[in-house]
Amino acid sequence: MAHSDNEHAHSHGHSHSHSHDHTEPPPELELKVKALESLLVEKGLVNPEALNAIIDNYEHKVGPRNGAHVVAKAWVDASFKEALLADATVAVAELGYFGRQGEHLRVVENTAHTHNLVVCTLCSCYPWTVLGLPPTWYKSAPYRARAVSEPRQVLAEFGTTLPDKTKVRVWDSTSEMRYLVMPVQPVGTEHWSEERLRGLVTRNSMIGVELAKSIDDNSEQA
Amino acid sequence: MKGGHDLGGKQGLGPISPEPESEEPVFHAEWERRVFAMTLATGMLGQWNIDESRFARESQHPVDYLKNSYYENWLAGIQNLLVSKGLVSEEELAAACGAQKAAAQLIIPNAQEALRIIGTGGPTRMPSDTVPTFNIGDTVRAKKMHTKGHSRLPAYAQGSIGIIEENYGCHVYPDKNSLGEHVGEYLYRVRFSSSSLWGSSGENAYENEVLIDLWQPYLENFE
Repeated sequence: MAHSDNEHAHSHGHSHSHSHDHTEPPPELELKVKALESLLVEKGLVNPEALNAIIDNYEHKVGPRNGAHVVAKAWVDASFKEALLADATVAVAELGYFGRQGEHLRVVENTAHTHNLVVCTLCSCYPWTVLGLPPTWYKSAPYRARAVSEPRQVLAEFGTTLPDKTKVRVWDSTSEMRYLVMPVQPVGTEHWSEERLRGLVTRNSMIGVELAKSIDDNSEQA
Repeated sequence: MKGGHDLGGKQGLGPISPEPESEEPVFHAEWERRVFAMTLATGMLGQWNIDESRFARESQHPVDYLKNSYYENWLAGIQNLLVSKGLVSEEELAAACGAQKAAAQLIIPNAQEALRIIGTGGPTRMPSDTVPTFNIGDTVRAKKMHTKGHSRLPAYAQGSIGIIEENYGCHVYPDKNSLGEHVGEYLYRVRFSSSSLWGSSGENAYENEVLIDLWQPYLENFE
């Protein structure tokens, strides 16, 4: 199995090639995939242009910016937020986001007392319409195993520490319901425009492993 | 089945080691793009549904499932389905050379149709004329179910006591859908306290809860 984790700078001397084996795939695997594609095309079972369109859609058209749009709008628009929490599928469709892996969407709101975290222990269910495809770690065995049993340790690995009193609610996506976390709006951004707020809403904050960027985080990057 | 995929609560798997969000590409290699697209495109042929697709991945040997990278498991899944549904033969896969047995009667989506299918999605909510067995607030136990087929009742929840938090209505029931039977069952969100799932160790000093979406046949009354 190919193994390259040099860019991740792991300090734990632990082998976990299975979730990071991407920079140099074994040549036999690449060949196998190419051969399968040729076979399917030759048999007329797939249209090569359809394959390219699918890839382009998920690589360039849908992604966490959709979700950031949804969350930022909910922060500035109370009636949209109410509609979103009541029926996210409908509210989000009105912004133009609908389709596969977003047919039954639910938005769960973080508050001062409750923090939500989303996982799929059985596979990799994820709200594609608003977040795009899931990151590698979300699909990895350690995350799927541990998010339900030790969520606070998992959060700590993302640098997220919650007050002891905060209740953690972990959503295991076992059905076709899809969950999107609405992070708490950062302090001091009350008068920001929706456009500007979008920049604070990270993918990880909408999965629930991190909080939205604070003003300080944001200015560091700017 | 409690295969290699049923990971909730498994231990010894190490840290998560996420890539920084700003640096992570959608795909990490060209072959991943191709496997992803082939999986969606062949799924659009209508020869199998999402639960059959999941079952094809999770019925691999657990050692293979855990050793494979994510898209290697997807590759194993479509190979398994293409053969079991008779679209491709074992020999063709082995030789990876085209033969007859073309897809004359199948509709092969072009780029535009593929994007339309993606944009439409496939809702799983179904009408029902039965009354749900459980009400919001009921105390229930997740059954112990040692089925050989596909199921979405995670092993870690089995035998634990929870509370019905919401009724999502009837949704396609995966255990039957994976066998090609399109029937609905009530789907509930069930709230489990950490201590109900994991006992009094670990993080139970905190008030953690796990919400699991469970179909009615997975649940029994608990007095």
